[in-house]
Amino acid sequence: MKKTVLFGALTVTGLVAGVASAATLDDVKARGTLNCGVSTGLAGFSVPDANGVWKGFDVGVCRALAAAVLGDPMAVEFVPTTGQTRFTALASGEIDILARNTTWTFSRDVDLKFDFVGVNYYDGQGFMVPKALGVSSAKELDGATVCIQTGTTTELNLADFFRTNNISYEPVPIETNAEAQQQYLAGACDVYTTDASGLAATRATFENPGDHILLPEIISKEPLGPLVRHGDNEWADITRWTLNALIAAEELGVTSANVAELAAAPTDNPEINRLLGSEGELGAMLGLAPNWALNAIAAGGNYGELFEQNIGESTPIGLARGLNAKWTEGGLIYSPPFR
Amino acid sequence: MSTLTDPPTESFRLSQLIYDTRYRSITIQVVAFILILAGMAWLVNNTISNLQALGKDFNFGFLKNAAGYDINQMLIEYNNQMSHGRAAMVGILNTLLVAFLGCLTATVLGVFAGVLRLSKNWVVNKLMAVYVEAFRNVPLLLWIILIFAIMTESMPRPNDFRGEDATSSMILGDSVAVTNRGIWIPRVGFTNSISGQEAVAPTEGAVPLASGLFDWVVIFGVLGLSILAIRFIRRRADRIQEATGVRPVTWYQQIVLLFVPVGIALFALGATIVQPYLRGFNFTEGIHLRNSLIALWFALSLYTGAFIAENVRAGILAISKGQSEAAFALGLQPNRTMSLIILPQAMRVIIPPLISQYLNLTKNSSLAIAVGYMDVRATLGGITINQTGRELEGMLLLGGFYLVLSLLISGAMNLYNRSTQLQER
Repeated sequence: MKKTVLFGALTVTGLVAGVASAATLDDVKARGTLNCGVSTGLAGFSVPDANGVWKGFDVGVCRALAAAVLGDPMAVEFVPTTGQTRFTALASGEIDILARNTTWTFSRDVDLKFDFVGVNYYDGQGFMVPKALGVSSAKELDGATVCIQTGTTTELNLADFFRTNNISYEPVPIETNAEAQQQYLAGACDVYTTDASGLAATRATFENPGDHILLPEIISKEPLGPLVRHGDNEWADITRWTLNALIAAEELGVTSANVAELAAAPTDNPEINRLLGSEGELGAMLGLAPNWALNAIAAGGNYGELFEQNIGESTPIGLARGLNAKWTEGGLIYSPPFR
Repeated sequence: MSTLTDPPTESFRLSQLIYDTRYRSITIQVVAFILILAGMAWLVNNTISNLQALGKDFNFGFLKNAAGYDINQMLIEYNNQMSHGRAAMVGILNTLLVAFLGCLTATVLGVFAGVLRLSKNWVVNKLMAVYVEAFRNVPLLLWIILIFAIMTESMPRPNDFRGEDATSSMILGDSVAVTNRGIWIPRVGFTNSISGQEAVAPTEGAVPLASGLFDWVVIFGVLGLSILAIRFIRRRADRIQEATGVRPVTWYQQIVLLFVPVGIALFALGATIVQPYLRGFNFTEGIHLRNSLIALWFALSLYTGAFIAENVRAGILAISKGQSEAAFALGLQPNRTMSLIILPQAMRVIIPPLISQYLNLTKNSSLAIAVGYMDVRATLGGITINQTGRELEGMLLLGGFYLVLSLLISGAMNLYNRSTQLQER
C-alpha cells in the first residue's frame, strides 16, 4: 500500500516536472492547441457567447497568436482564471499565455518572473456607484463599503488611495467580476472599483446602466497586457511580435478585409511586404510560417478592428479610443518597426 | 582451565536475507525505508530544480514586507502598511474565531438534536431526523452559499433604515440592525478603560467609549476567581453532606459570589452598552457581524451539528437499558438519570468521534473562500501568495498551520477523553 502511494506520488511529480523545461512553442505545436488564460467572464474582453464560443478583446489576442503559430484561430483552449489563480496557472505551465486584463507592474515582471509582451489597453482604476447614492467624487466615500477583486493591483491602489486621503472604507473581497456584480446590485457594497474599462463593461450588462455612474477620479495607471513565463525568450518574442503585428497592421492600413489581397502580390510599401511575408524572412526568424502575420490579422482583424468590434463606441460597452488610439492620432498605441 | 568451544556456527549467507524468516522482515523494512527516503529526496530535488528553472528562490523574507492590502475583519490592530506576517496573523485569528464559535455552537446543537431525536414525542423525533438528514447529506459549500445569499439578497440595505419614511427598523429595542451587509449588535464600552484606545466614532454629542483587551482580562479574571470560590463552597457542602448527611444551604452564597464581584468590576470600569447607529454609508459602532462570518459560522455549526447529533445518539444508545432501569428503581428523576447515569457513560463513546468532528469543522472553515471571509487561507494563502509570488512558501506555512492547529485540538480533546474514561483500579 505504502509503495503504491509512493509510486503514485512519483508519477504525479514526474508529470509536473516536465513542465518548466521544454520550449513553449514546441509544446504548443505538439499539442495542436494554444492554452490561453482569460477572465471568468468580463463583457467585451473575454466572455463566452450563447454558443459557448469565447469572444472579446483579450480573446482576440489569443486567437491571433493561435493563428500565427498554428494557422488556426480556433485552435485555442480557453482557461478561465480568477485574480488569484491566474499567476499560478501561468507559472505552473497550465496556460501558455495569460490575456486577462492584467496590469504590468515591476514586481510582477521582475519578482513574480513573468514577461509582459506589450500593452493592449492603457487603463486606470475607477469607481462605480449608484446614482441614488448622491456621490460625485471618490473623496466623499469615507466609510463606504467597497467591492474589490482580491489578488489584483486595484486592491493595493484602493488601500493607498484611502490611506493617502485619510478616509476609511470597508473592503468586501470577491473572487470574480460576476460575483462583484451580484453583490453590487444587491447593495451589499456601495461602490465597485476595478479598471475603468472593466467598470464600463460591467455596467453595460446591467438592466439599467443609466442608474449607475463612474466617478471622475482615475486613481492609478493600469497598463493591461498579455504576459508569458519568464525565461522562454523565443515564445515571448512570438507573442510580443504577434501583438505588434496587429498594432502595425492598423497603422499600415492592413485590415482583415484586405489582408489576403495585400499579401497576394508585393505592394509598394516594403514594411507591409515584410509584415505579410512577401519580402524578407521575418516569419522564419520567429520559427513560424512566412504567412504568420497574415493569419494573425485575418483571425480577428487588426488592433483597431478588434477594439471597435469588442469594446468600441459602437458596442454597448462604448469605450472611446482615448489613450488607446494609435500614436499618429495622439494615443499611446505604437509598434516598433518590422525590419 | 577448560575452554569452552562454541558450537560450529553456520556462516551467514546473503540468501538468508530473503529466505530466512528471521531476517526477511528486517530486509523488507530496510528496503521500504530506503525507497521512501529516495522518493523524498527525489521530490525535494525536483522542487529545487523546478524553482531554479523558474528563477525563484526559497525564503520567507516576504513575511516582513509591507502587505499593502486591507482586511475587513480584524481582531488585532492591522493596517495596510503592516507586514505580510501580521496579515497572516489577522487571518489566523479569524480562522480560530470561526472555528471556536463553530465548535461551540455545533456541540450545543448536536447534543440537543441527538437527545431530542431519541425523544418519544413523534413530532420532535421526526423534526430532528429531518434536520440531521438534510444537513448531513447536502454539501457544506451549498449551505454556506445559501445562507450568504439569503443574507445579501433579502435583508434590507442600511439606507432603508434612514429618514422619516424608513422601510426597515432596528429590532430588539433599537439595538440590533439586520442588514444585507451583516448584523450590527451592541457592544460594551468602558468609560474608565484601562487599555483601550480604539478610535471610536461617538454618537452626536456622546463621549467616545473604548474597550481594550485588559478590560476584558480584568472582568474574566474576576469571573474566573468567583467560579473557583463557588467550586470551593460546593466541595465544602459535599464534605459536610457526606459527614453529617445534611447539605448546608449555599445557593445565596453562590449567587452573590457569581454576580457581585463582576458587577463591582464592571461598575469600576464604567461599563456602558454602546448601540449601533446609522452614520454615513453604514451602521457604525457596536459589533459588526459580517455576512461572511454569519454564513460560515451558521453553516459550519448546522452541518457539523448534524454529525455530532448522530454521535450523541449513538453514545446514548450504547448504554444498556438496565442502567436507566436501575436508576429509576433507585428513585432518580429522569433528568437526574440522564445527567448522572447515562451521559457520563455515553461520553466515553461520544468523545472520540467528537474530536474528529472538531477537526473537520476547523479544516472546513477554509471554505471561507466561497464567501470572502478573510481567514488565513484568504490572507496568507490568497492575497499574500498572489502579491508576492511565494506559492511554495505560503502553502507550506498554511499546511503547517492547519497541521499544528489540528494536532493541538486533538491533543486537548484526548486529554479530556482520558479524564472521562473508565477508571480501572
